[in-house]
Amino acid sequence: MPNPTKVIVDCSTGVTTEVELTDAEVAQREADAAAYAVEQAAREAAEAAKATAKASANAKLAKLGLTAEEIAALY
Amino acid sequence: MANTYTLIEAKSLGSTTATITFSAIPQTYTDLKLVTSTRCNDAGSLSVRIAFNSNTSNFTGIYLQGAGSGTPSSGSDGRRAGVSIPTTYTSNTFTNDEIYIPNYTSANFKSYSLDSTQENNATLSYAELYAGLWSDTAAISSITLTLDSAGSFVANSTFYLYGIKNS
Repeated sequence: MPNPTKVIVDCSTGVTTEVELTDAEVAQREADAAAYAVEQAAREAAEAAKATAKASANAKLAKLGLTAEEIAALY
Repeated sequence: MANTYTLIEAKSLGSTTATITFSAIPQTYTDLKLVTSTRCNDAGSLSVRIAFNSNTSNFTGIYLQGAGSGTPSSGSDGRRAGVSIPTTYTSNTFTNDEIYIPNYTSANFKSYSLDSTQENNATLSYAELYAGLWSDTAAISSITLTLDSAGSFVANSTFYLYGIKNS
């Protein structure tokens, strides 16, 4: 199976070339994809933790007697 | 206020392509604007990534993203250049994305902004605003776009690079 291709548009000449990625470029691409997947998972985990903390804080504020409108006004 | 707006180069992909690069960008404009419309061949590909001068280091940025439902998200991330469309979305739909790069020849760090939207006949469809920074003083002479998964851009994805002068 051939490697994916890359397109290079030379703005000085207007010439477009399409060439196959080298094995090294394919390996780098796969490594980058794996790294991004890890970063994405970490971002999503952080966002989920933040949402959980917010829900917990809202619940505690409600127990103190604040209305939903008053809690919303805090953000 | 920009008073010129010149198409430097345009490319509509004829076949599936992993990356696209605009090289030898003329250094005669004040700002650059990259307008893209993409779709990818992977179920997991969402984010398009950018590189300047083949450099992928020293990129930072802040994004604000909405998904069509739920609470919008925000956070820090580098090299973002749009949200592409995965294979799970409505067939033959493409994104609308604009990247603006002011003062791309300056000896200062390079900021850029992005707005990007997906098309999908469903509730889930992302829209994103992004402010990015490349902490490098080199003038930008090439721009490369790729996906953050091992996916590729599909045929009929389009890429337009404009040069803008302020005088």
